[in-house]
Amino acid sequence: MARLNVNIGSLQLKNPVLTASGTFGYGEEFSDFMDLSRLGGFIVKGTTLMARQGNDYPRMVETPSGMLNAVGLQNKGVSYFVDHIYPRIKDCGSEVIVNVSGATIDDYVAVAERLAPCDGIRAIEVNISCPNVKQGGMAFGTTPKGAAAVTAALREAWDRTLIVKLSPNVTDIAEIARAVEDEGADSVSLINTLMGMAVDVDRRRPYLSTITGGLSGPAVRPIAVRMVWQVAKAVKIPVIGLGGIMSGRDALEFMMAGATAVEVGTANFIDPAASVRIVDEIDDYCQKNNISDIREIIGII
Amino acid sequence: MNSTQKPARVVADFVLESMTPLGESYGLLLLRTEGELPPVFPGQFAQVRIDRSTSTFLRRPISICSAQPAEGRVELLVRRAGAGTDALLRTPVGSSVNLMLPLGRGFSVPENAERLLLVGGGVGVAPMMSLGLDLKARGYAPEFILGARSESDLLLIDRFKELGPVYVTTDDGSAGVKGVVTAHPRMQQPSDMVYCCGPKPMMVAVAKAAARVGSPCEVSLENMMACGLGACLCCVEKTVRGNVCVCTEGPVFNSNELTWLD
Repeated sequence: MARLNVNIGSLQLKNPVLTASGTFGYGEEFSDFMDLSRLGGFIVKGTTLMARQGNDYPRMVETPSGMLNAVGLQNKGVSYFVDHIYPRIKDCGSEVIVNVSGATIDDYVAVAERLAPCDGIRAIEVNISCPNVKQGGMAFGTTPKGAAAVTAALREAWDRTLIVKLSPNVTDIAEIARAVEDEGADSVSLINTLMGMAVDVDRRRPYLSTITGGLSGPAVRPIAVRMVWQVAKAVKIPVIGLGGIMSGRDALEFMMAGATAVEVGTANFIDPAASVRIVDEIDDYCQKNNISDIREIIGII
Repeated sequence: MNSTQKPARVVADFVLESMTPLGESYGLLLLRTEGELPPVFPGQFAQVRIDRSTSTFLRRPISICSAQPAEGRVELLVRRAGAGTDALLRTPVGSSVNLMLPLGRGFSVPENAERLLLVGGGVGVAPMMSLGLDLKARGYAPEFILGARSESDLLLIDRFKELGPVYVTTDDGSAGVKGVVTAHPRMQQPSDMVYCCGPKPMMVAVAKAAARVGSPCEVSLENMMACGLGACLCCVEKTVRGNVCVCTEGPVFNSNELTWLD
């Protein structure tokens, strides 16, 4: 499958399929169902400096062709990850990318510094787009100035591949992408969830404890493809596309619109082996269409 | 039974061998797959993909009512709760249903246990059937309290009677003791373990009643979940250890781990 090799900055991926943060745990949860080493890589749950309990239950509700979630970055903190989880997953044969979150710029930098001794982590994805936390998160991702400030600080602190995950909850996502590129990001990934809301009319209350949450799944895919296309036209750095990818054809939509790699998210909840199936489906497409290098079709639109 | 054991899990296509409607709201599905299944422990559940549903796409978590892993068979008791389970209950016999199983941690049995009381309400009788079958096969003498709105809502009652004494409560008094399950005098006697699955208010009441007579209690929760694998972190329950995933740390919890008794 050499034809599927792609690069994100200095990060070499054996194929363009990653799993999206918050949908794939730490990989281990899925090892009964698939061979983790067949993935380009996986992006672990949003990791913060200190442990976080996340939001109150209920945290999810199914919506038409999608779901709302309001997890709120529940995780055990970066030190727990480095000491207890990383040693178990570092030799899984696939790139381990850590999604980094924080309430302040100092938090983001501290997480990156704590990850730096882990040689096996060749990239971080910076979450400036979480819609489910009160501080930080999306607050940094909704203005070019905020996005630039986080990126600049992390560019100082992290010399390996730096991916910045963008929020779709903005007027002009390409403007944010350019701001991030200007501060030295190696790549942008998009889209994080779209802020949404659903009401239980029987109980006359919102379904989520937080009232609003982040919408993911096939429902958001056309929006995500459009945003990837706009951003890919606006920046020179590689774009990673995500949003409701359920199949190889869905992934190829993003790639033709300009994505160098893709992330599979909500699909993992329905088919735990979705990500490796998507690798196979992309490869089949290349085989049938005489594509000897996947890069031939990236951004052809 | 070892509730800390982590057995292998599988995703497999099953054939729906039979579907027995139970009243208007429930159905009993017997499913079979090719080959053997991993060991299934009482209290574990399956994530069911519902291909025939046009308005849902996530799997639905369903308690395993009984399992014969060597024959590739599982039995699921399904309550019509919404569009997903409605479509599942309309699945034609002979068609394929994709399951991911067995998931979660099941019930535990204390050492030297003698008096084991299993309390089920509504669709919550499903894990009590699985547990009752297992306990009886291992030489225990389980007792059951089954609660329902009225006599016609009592599920699988004849099968429970094959496993041990069955005490019934109904809201309208049409069978057994009138009232909720905690109204039954057996609840006032101590047990080496009380097991409970049913609507949350019922489980809270049973856990408190068990605590009053000094009996430990395990409850099986059914929080809404997406993945069933501990990845999405949506199904959390507040415990003395903080928020934990019901799908992997549960669905069975000792009631003293939960914040219900406070």
